[in-house]
Amino acid sequence: MALHRLRLRIWKDRGFKAIVILFSFLSIVPLLLILFYIIKNGILSISWEFFVELPRPVGEKGGGISNAIVGSLLLVIIAGLPSIPLGIAAGIYLSENKKSRITYWSGLAVDVLQGTPSIVIGIIAYLWVVVPMGGFSAFAGGIALGIMMLPMIVKATEETLSLIPGSLKEASLALGVPYYRTILRVILPAGVSGIMTGVLISTARVAGETAPLLFTAFGNAFMNWNLTNPVHSLPLLIYNYATSPYPEWHRVAWGASCVLVVFVLTLNLVMRTVIRRWKVQF
Amino acid sequence: MDTLVLSKGKMLSTHPGVRAEATFQKTIFLSALAIIVLLVAIFLSLLIHSVPSLKAFGLSFFFSKTWDPVSATFGVLPFLVGTLLTSFLALLICLPFSLAISIFIGEYFKKGALSSFLKTVTELLAGIPSIIYGFWALFVLVPIVRNFQTKIGIFPYGVGILTASMILSVMIIPYAASIAREVISLVPSDVKEAAYSLGSTRQEVITKVVLPYARSGIVAGILLALGRALGETMAVTMVIGNSNRLPKGFFSPGNSMASVIANEFTEATASLHISSLIEIALLLFLVTMIINIIGKYIIKKISVEA
Repeated sequence: MALHRLRLRIWKDRGFKAIVILFSFLSIVPLLLILFYIIKNGILSISWEFFVELPRPVGEKGGGISNAIVGSLLLVIIAGLPSIPLGIAAGIYLSENKKSRITYWSGLAVDVLQGTPSIVIGIIAYLWVVVPMGGFSAFAGGIALGIMMLPMIVKATEETLSLIPGSLKEASLALGVPYYRTILRVILPAGVSGIMTGVLISTARVAGETAPLLFTAFGNAFMNWNLTNPVHSLPLLIYNYATSPYPEWHRVAWGASCVLVVFVLTLNLVMRTVIRRWKVQF
Repeated sequence: MDTLVLSKGKMLSTHPGVRAEATFQKTIFLSALAIIVLLVAIFLSLLIHSVPSLKAFGLSFFFSKTWDPVSATFGVLPFLVGTLLTSFLALLICLPFSLAISIFIGEYFKKGALSSFLKTVTELLAGIPSIIYGFWALFVLVPIVRNFQTKIGIFPYGVGILTASMILSVMIIPYAASIAREVISLVPSDVKEAAYSLGSTRQEVITKVVLPYARSGIVAGILLALGRALGETMAVTMVIGNSNRLPKGFFSPGNSMASVIANEFTEATASLHISSLIEIALLLFLVTMIINIIGKYIIKKISVEA
């Protein structure tokens, strides 16, 4: 009887392990399926023309997504220009003043901002930029993406700088280097890999955002370099074309998805391999 | 620290180094302050612009099930139900998978190629844009669901609450798993060894010692995943069916709070319609804020104890 129960427990143990392994690997299946379909359907649409040409009207074959690529680029640049320096500066404050009350509230605000749904940020950019400017614009879309980037950069900076040993700072201060120079010339360079990682992750993340652009950047079927006009972006183009009823447009959407996924995954992989090598070891 | 330097900066403001020091301190202080101001401004903007809708409907906004721009009656109940159904269903589906990943990485295979592979894959899952999930779901998942619905003899919408929950669950697995796996790997070995020495099998140690010990971390992960699921827009919008009626079941099309904003905001012209949509945004903002604060609070408590 006792032996019987022991055997039962051993089988239960093995069964449990098998289930854990099974479920773990089952959760990889969606990623593989998504990559498989995107590459299978997207690779055929991709050619040199796909990158340099404008979309064609329904019924005409060929055409490209150059307007969306340029638009995405513009949006990411507008987003990064204010939020990267602001985020790094705030991150320095948070890691340098651990006990201040502003740090507590600012840290909380960063957490809340990070969890705020992107569609809400879109509405905010609409209210703050689109309404006063009187129309959809690349600028409004960039501001929306910038608000989304900000908390990620603050977090990355704060977490990286907190890991840098205090002795490094003390050594610099003891040599008579002023505080601000110590931070800018000693502490920041030591944390550059972590901060760069944060910047790249946040860039990859906002480059794939659609919801905040729906009523800010809005989309534009033509090439546009003017920041006060609406622009297209890769995710926006995928959304418009995927929900359209035309098979030719679906093909363009698969191609654009392929470009977007490759871009995002490449940034992720670059971050893992190249930037980790720059990391200063303590 | 900063006040000391700032006041010194005022006294010796002729010295360039001192002035640079003061400027630096002021810059980083104002940057940190700017984030608080930004968040408060977001809240106030949403609040001010939802006043017309708040005044017109009051509490009935939450209980009325008609959302009709033509007759200018706006009740958010169908979307509230849609959001809650999809989010909780997605959590339910993702829970066994994310727990399995956490146990796999945190307990069975702490090091080695297998676990770092699994870690990389889950991080990549988190990095894929939601539009890609939505697109894929629309062209691959929806036909599968449609076939299934034809087979069991119900109207083959394909899109609907269940389809949205399925794609949502894939998207939130990394979030739910991320904290649980950290906490599980932090369970002290003497607790586990004590259980082993009493003759427990590994499965018994995991279910009776490790999981209860890591309970709060698992809950925090679930909360963060929930916050993410509630606000997810694009993937849900593309496959939920966009019907403004109260969903009748898991297979029926519906709409979530985020997806109704995505669908109607650009087309809304009546000010009450816009205001009602902004009130939905305010609601989303507040709910995700509360969930995230509780989640982060639990995480902070864990990291203080560990």
